Amino acid sequence: MNQKRTFYTILVLMALCGIVLAVMRHIMTGTPFFPGQEKSVWLVEARVDFEADGGPVSASLSLPDVKTPGFELYEEQAASPGYGFAILEENGNRRAEWTKREASGEQALYYSAQLVESDDDSPSNSDEPTDQEHRVYWEDAQELAAKQVLDRARETSSSPESMTRELIKLLNSEDSQQNTSLLRAEKLNDAELLMNLLDRAGIATRSVMALYLEDARRRQTLTPMVEVYTGEEWKLVNPETGEVGLPPNVLLWHRGGVSVLDVAGGGESRVAFSMIRQTVPAAELVQAKNSDSVFTRLGVQRLPIEEQSMFKFLLLLPLGAAVVVFMRVIIGLKTSGTFMPILIALAFLQTSLIPGLISFVSVVAMGLLLRSYLSRLNLLLVARIATLIVLVIFIISALSVIGYQMGYSTGMTITFFPMIIIAWTIERMSILWEEEGPKEVLKQGGGSLLVAVLAYLLMQTQMLVHLSFNFPELNLVLLALILAMGQYTGYKLTELRRFRAMDEL
Amino acid sequence: MPKRWISVARLKQFGMLGMNCRNVDFINRYNARNLFPLVDNKLKTKLLAQDYDVPTPGLRFVVREQHEISHIERQLVELDSFALKPAKGSGGKGILVVTGRKGDDFVRSSGALLTIADIRRHMSNILAGLYSLGGASDVAIVEDLIAFDDCFAGFSHEGVPDIRIIVFKGYPVMAMLRLATHASDGKANLHQGAVGVGLSLDSGRCLNAVQFSKTIKDHPDTGRRLSEIQVHGWRDIMVLASQCYDMTGLGYIGTDVVLDKVLGPQLLELNARPGLAIQVANGRGLLPRLRHIESLTARRRLSPEQRVDYSMRHFAEVDAASQPGVP
Repeated sequence: MNQKRTFYTILVLMALCGIVLAVMRHIMTGTPFFPGQEKSVWLVEARVDFEADGGPVSASLSLPDVKTPGFELYEEQAASPGYGFAILEENGNRRAEWTKREASGEQALYYSAQLVESDDDSPSNSDEPTDQEHRVYWEDAQELAAKQVLDRARETSSSPESMTRELIKLLNSEDSQQNTSLLRAEKLNDAELLMNLLDRAGIATRSVMALYLEDARRRQTLTPMVEVYTGEEWKLVNPETGEVGLPPNVLLWHRGGVSVLDVAGGGESRVAFSMIRQTVPAAELVQAKNSDSVFTRLGVQRLPIEEQSMFKFLLLLPLGAAVVVFMRVIIGLKTSGTFMPILIALAFLQTSLIPGLISFVSVVAMGLLLRSYLSRLNLLLVARIATLIVLVIFIISALSVIGYQMGYSTGMTITFFPMIIIAWTIERMSILWEEEGPKEVLKQGGGSLLVAVLAYLLMQTQMLVHLSFNFPELNLVLLALILAMGQYTGYKLTELRRFRAMDEL
Repeated sequence: MPKRWISVARLKQFGMLGMNCRNVDFINRYNARNLFPLVDNKLKTKLLAQDYDVPTPGLRFVVREQHEISHIERQLVELDSFALKPAKGSGGKGILVVTGRKGDDFVRSSGALLTIADIRRHMSNILAGLYSLGGASDVAIVEDLIAFDDCFAGFSHEGVPDIRIIVFKGYPVMAMLRLATHASDGKANLHQGAVGVGLSLDSGRCLNAVQFSKTIKDHPDTGRRLSEIQVHGWRDIMVLASQCYDMTGLGYIGTDVVLDKVLGPQLLELNARPGLAIQVANGRGLLPRLRHIESLTARRRLSPEQRVDYSMRHFAEVDAASQPGVP
């Protein structure tokens, strides 16, 4: 008995500790308990990787303007041990420059910026076009093809804007003649090809590298886009879709013909971006950043953004685990695989609920169908699971491709499902089917899905996302809750039904 | 109209043991983790039982390697009937019972015919760990079939009736007879539709019977009145169950015993996490009995016979009172 009392005292202390820590963090750093409705702040981090040759190294990365359309730069830092760092202005372009006398081996340089969403227009939007040419040398046949394509586009358009749109339509349409394929044969990307054509039509263009901002993404790259001068202002054009104008959540990172990244004294250089959206209001964010209390130093916000976006998911896992414990211990629901529901719930976070549910159920159902054939093949277990993994990947690729062809880009998100877990689930369900019948399969499968959906609903609640990320110590409360449930010796809810025959006596 | 739910208060009144309570208060406390392999592996249990002179169905041979399966018919040729089991299977999974031959084929207990290829596939599934916990690789054991005792004639559909006795710290505390039905496909698992018959600890008489958690009077397939059940040689069965405590050292176990016409009671397998349906079959909760055994202060080690006598005497009164709700 005494032992039990100590145990519960520790639990209560643990929970209290979590709450007190959270309150102290709130008071000292001003991090709000509720997610604000203020403008969101994007933290974007660029990571430059390269292989240094051993001599002096200088790396230069193009940076976004202080005011870009839709965003305003709030703060920027660079973190690269041992490197000298400076931000330079070079004919209108801002560039970050890292330098070091001697470096060899793998190098990683970080630049991070906080950007606040704004409605201001960028001043560079009405710059006069300069006499830049992007022209590459084309053979006669190609020049001729270009001329024909341009003529066709000109016939059906009236302004530089519509001309651009028509050109993109022609380039992308499948039924157009050899002309476009001849042009495409050159090793040019969509943006470069478009700019070359527009040059020949006498329309001024600028090349732009844009970054799509999506919460908690890592290893993103820049997308080449084109700006077209309409005679009054520059308009952004997506060379793949022909969409004109700036889409929301697109950051113009780099402008002009110069390269995004230059590395002298090293090779195999590349740059990748990670980003995260914060719900914390900008003013309080700054207060938290600048104050030097223990909490700020111990906060997750101090980590590089690449890790932060990982943590955003990691810190949600205890919530899912608590749901599983609750459903199994207190409710008594059967699930197939103990923590499989959490993994499914995590996948749902990426795919969103309904498409996620549909694709999960269809993958498992098709897998079961194929598995029923496998059981006749008399395979060894390990080989059978491996076969299933391959089949699951086939199914997922097929669904993605078919979904994409039918115009549902959501089909692609199926890839977020943990394939090996799905393969095991199919195997277990199929054995369950053979041994206990389809009813038990539906029961356990339904149970797993129910737990997964519940966990998902909790894990995507704005309030809980905000709390778990900004107040990680609150997970102590969850831990205490889980431990307490681990000591629960009362009846499960399902047992009240299971033992109902006792009343008939 | 039968009730759909039962209240917590009623369950407490009956002294029903819930799964959480079983896991925390009994399995975690009385079953040492390192002893689990003794019961989770039927082969180990069997060899251990031989050391302690506890009778088990005769072991014919063990298939350990995949290559042995290719010429398995040489070993099966002299066997007319046998049971093929995974050593680490749980809940009766993967057990194949062959009752006879028809030409080159094998006849299952259900009457279905199996070819040697089917047997081979089943064996390789067992070795690959299809039926074992967590998919660990396994061995297949082939043992003699039980010729079940006449006292069960007409009470079982296809399968062998087995007696589950919960033994707590060496004292039998509750017993149940499990009868296969058509619905359970010849298996003795209650959740698959087998009939559970609660047995009185003093005499092996029927107390109450359930199928699918509902009270029944007659066997659903044969129509025989279940209250007529009276198990032969009851005390011997109880002693055998009680011996399993000394054999394994596990404080809370379920013993599965079958009654052979010629050889008498045989230990089939042990279970370190016995289910809770036995309480519904008996119409009685386990908790008062378990707490009673817990409260016994053992001054000296009692023999299995002495413990069985204690249980038969002490828990018989509870049965005779036959008043649920009065612990």
